[in-house]
Amino acid sequence: MKLYELAALVRSKNAGPFALTIDVMFAGRAEYVRVRDSGVLDAGGVAALYGVPVEAVRVFHYEPALAIKVSMPRTVPSGSRLDGDVYGGQFHAPLVMLDVPPLPAAS
Amino acid sequence: MTTVTAVAATGGLGSGYSEESLRAAVTAGADFVGCDAGSTDGGPYFLGSGNPKVSKAAYRRDLRPMLRAAVERGIPLLMGTSGYAGARAHVDWAAALVREVARADGLSFTMAVVNSELDAATVRRYLDRGRVHPLGESGPLQAGTIDRASRIVAQMGSEPFEAALESGAQVVVAGRASDPAIYAALPRLRGLTGGPTWHAAKVLECGAACVERRVHPDCVVAEIGESDFVVYPPNPAMRCTPQSVAAQTLYENADPFRFVEPAGVLDTSDCTYEARDERSVRVSGSRFQPKEPYDVRLEAAELVGYRSTAIGGIRDPLVLGQLHLFLDDAFASVRRKVEQSMGLVDGADYRLSWRVYGCDGVLGALEPESRAGPPHEVGLLIDIVAGDQEVARGACAIAWHTVLHHPVRGWSGLVSNVAFPHSPPHADLGPVYEFSMNHVMALDDPLEVVDIALERVGG
Repeated sequence: MKLYELAALVRSKNAGPFALTIDVMFAGRAEYVRVRDSGVLDAGGVAALYGVPVEAVRVFHYEPALAIKVSMPRTVPSGSRLDGDVYGGQFHAPLVMLDVPPLPAAS
Repeated sequence: MTTVTAVAATGGLGSGYSEESLRAAVTAGADFVGCDAGSTDGGPYFLGSGNPKVSKAAYRRDLRPMLRAAVERGIPLLMGTSGYAGARAHVDWAAALVREVARADGLSFTMAVVNSELDAATVRRYLDRGRVHPLGESGPLQAGTIDRASRIVAQMGSEPFEAALESGAQVVVAGRASDPAIYAALPRLRGLTGGPTWHAAKVLECGAACVERRVHPDCVVAEIGESDFVVYPPNPAMRCTPQSVAAQTLYENADPFRFVEPAGVLDTSDCTYEARDERSVRVSGSRFQPKEPYDVRLEAAELVGYRSTAIGGIRDPLVLGQLHLFLDDAFASVRRKVEQSMGLVDGADYRLSWRVYGCDGVLGALEPESRAGPPHEVGLLIDIVAGDQEVARGACAIAWHTVLHHPVRGWSGLVSNVAFPHSPPHADLGPVYEFSMNHVMALDDPLEVVDIALERVGG
């Protein structure tokens, strides 16, 4: 399944002018756990997708909100000459169509 | 047990809220009304230029019911990051509107105008004393960065709001402030200095963004106690759920467990969110750890030039079939022509860039989508930044005209490749700023870089 089929919301936003944060939120715990445990949103994969060093990517699992949060520094500050997204509101787009592998069959 | 009831009028002054919601919230027994009136979200232009983001009309419309409700009930009204970027020009603009509304409505009160804009000499003095430290990946602050800044503000904590209230102000119009500081001040004055105060303040700062389905920007209420807080929207058409409040806690913060304020760190890692009833949520377990030294974030904007842009669409399938080749070739020609006719070199005298919407205009090099065939149309944005507006405009005029008629492989004869929706096709966007500081400044006293001016409004 694609990430958007499992998530209630995938969004991004500036976290201050120098950082970006992506929230992947779920309506149910099963979907949250499935994506969390699938590893598709691990730092390594996200770093490769966004062209940033893996140590710059932070991934948080926030169970009360059934949310996975991914934060990274901006490559250019918000609103600087070469920035194309002042609010950082479309940086989540590469994640929306990510393939989430099926759960391993229960043994 | 002490409880303080806080009302957030809306998440951003000027973005609107329902007057009915505000009235319901205030008459139910609010101890104060707060409003975050700014942000860095809109980019560096507002801090750099000193201009507000919203119109006077929108600001006045949002200000009027808040001011009236607070004054009539005799409770404080606290506004932070006034005028959008919270520099002195913004605060003065907002304070003038408060006076104007008060005069029109016959309201009288004591107002505190709190400024946290810093002059370069002040920041240099702190730098020289080793009191300025970088955040994240930023290096040490350079003296040149301080001198080049158009404006520098410090994100004040809750203490200046507290000092203004203790001096007798009923209405506080403050400059750049940490968003939660607006809402933490009064609870702290009443002895509620712990985690629930700061966590509630963090949830309140975006107004009704913490509800399950926000139909429009609106008010939200928090009842803040010693060990927990309860949050709900006064508008019966909206509701808070444990997940909606937890989700707001992580909104626009890099780390959902740690929120750094000037005075300490809010830690939400052991929080529980539970429904009190259908529409309200109780949050407990938030902790606040005071930190040393007390420090304030610095924000600064630096002028980097003046911008002219042109926007147009390309629809010809032959152009679209060779788009990147065509554009690379066309803009190479632009550079030659600007050099020939204006004697200016890209990179040295002006800076040219372009975006192709419909292709990779949003994500640029990060765009993962590779199409099998060309798009059926694209939008082209030509962007020129130069040391003065005349130069930017002149180069932009050459740029759009050159791309317009640049020869296309496959067609013979003169072509016009770009559909421009505007005449003139180019527009001057004025000064371009960049955020230039990502640093904190350590203080011995939270009040040492702010000034608080009290005045009587309306006799």
